Amino acid sequence: MGFNSKLSRRGFLTRISAAGSALLLGGCDQLSQSPAFRDILSKAEGVTQRVQRFVLSQKSLAREFSENDLSAHFKANGSLNVDDPTYQAQVPLGFANWRLKIDGLVARPTELSLDELRRLPSRTQITRHDCVEGWSAIGKWKGAQMTPLLQSVGLKPEARYLVFHCADMLAPGARYYESIDLIDAFHPQTILAYDMNDAALSVPHGAPIRLRVERQLGYKHAKYVMRIEAVSSLASIGAGKGGFWEDRGYEWYAGI
Amino acid sequence: MDALSMDARSKSAEAGEIVYRHALPVRLTHWINVLCLAILLMSGLQIFNAHTSLYLGNRSDPQHEVLSMRAVQKPDGRYAGQTTIGNVTFDTTGVLGLSKGASGRWEAVGFPSWITLPSYRDLATGRRWHFFFAWLFVLNGFAYLIYALVSGHLRRDLAPTGRQLKNIGHDIVEHLKLKFPKGEDAKRYNVLQKLAYLAVILVLLPLVVLSGMTMSPALDAAFPFLVDFFGGRQSARTVHFLCATGIVLFVLVHVVMVLVSGVWNNMRSMITGRYRIEPAE
Repeated sequence: MGFNSKLSRRGFLTRISAAGSALLLGGCDQLSQSPAFRDILSKAEGVTQRVQRFVLSQKSLAREFSENDLSAHFKANGSLNVDDPTYQAQVPLGFANWRLKIDGLVARPTELSLDELRRLPSRTQITRHDCVEGWSAIGKWKGAQMTPLLQSVGLKPEARYLVFHCADMLAPGARYYESIDLIDAFHPQTILAYDMNDAALSVPHGAPIRLRVERQLGYKHAKYVMRIEAVSSLASIGAGKGGFWEDRGYEWYAGI
Repeated sequence: MDALSMDARSKSAEAGEIVYRHALPVRLTHWINVLCLAILLMSGLQIFNAHTSLYLGNRSDPQHEVLSMRAVQKPDGRYAGQTTIGNVTFDTTGVLGLSKGASGRWEAVGFPSWITLPSYRDLATGRRWHFFFAWLFVLNGFAYLIYALVSGHLRRDLAPTGRQLKNIGHDIVEHLKLKFPKGEDAKRYNVLQKLAYLAVILVLLPLVVLSGMTMSPALDAAFPFLVDFFGGRQSARTVHFLCATGIVLFVLVHVVMVLVSGVWNNMRSMITGRYRIEPAE
């Protein structure tokens, strides 16, 4: 075999592998955008949810830390304020006229003021907040426990999810919302937090209340909660995936 | 491919005996692993790019980064990519922190677009890829481990013998000279191969899976000892990154070894199982 033919074979192989990797990368991007392929990839979420729910007992608690473990600076993410005159008018009043609405598939639709919420059975917990981006911060949360609250409004038997409607718009025209199922709704650490680090929840962190659902990632912890709706299906809300970020491709089950 | 294996077959008939080196389960799980690890690496870098710093412990305190990548503006107004490991900062413009995207425009991003999946910034899709192939990788790994234990592959082919361990010095020298075993000795893995494979199979790969699991808040509630084992969720994220680096280094050495010790013979043995033994001199 001559020198030239060896060179051309090497050149050929180089070209083939360069073309191959370009094709592979381009192909992966195309696959990423194909709805059918995304559906296949998304099957992993159901597997993860089922397996995690299997190893996780209803009562397994997220770890609770001590005051010494608190983050010096707890990053506020997502919306840092609410661009809405009704909301803004409430800020200097300490949300005195604000009401949390609880409706949907409940026996007794209810409106609660912040004071009434503060008088409900509460729980205080120092937990780690894990953002989907990868960072973690430790904060102290005090809030009304969901379980007694749900018992007092009386969930109807067909209720399967709680939807948290929020005041903030994280994208033009798209109000933030989140949803959890009843397994997380009745978890002892699931609270409507009104205090953070021993002070009233600040606006960047979701005043007057934010959801804490400690065994899932940060985007499930809806801030600026205005209304809790019990529903049997998530299909008719937003784009139907159960949350602002879920409608944009993120997992509804965010335990991972 | 056909022509190549024909070529290899006719050559092998002239020189050396053909042995059946890799059983079907080993070959199958090997190639599934190749696919999984490539996708896990690239989608993992996409996920890393959502927060381009690493920490130890449970919190990500900005002042306690052990590694970070960022784009900074220099006094002359130009931008540079910087990577800081501990207290040492490197200029990594073009690769880490600041690189040219698919469109040819400079972008402030941890790892460059040519190595992430998808190539553009999309954390949600990166996670979808990562978790799907993480499941495939774990199931494939379990299938391999069960096969390796039950068939005796682990004990017969991977566990080094006492004699091999005693002669390890000689093997290292031979390896550095790129001289590989022939004849009878080529019928089994050499001791360096065995130790490298065992370290990857029994240490590196389980560790990358466990550290990945430890980043899950739900699994942390189910298995609190995982968090303690790694010393915190952010430590687990750092270990996950280091394991991925270790796997990349292993693959680089592995591929170089495949190339220098008879690429067609090696490739054929991992595809058809058949391997030609060069006669001893």
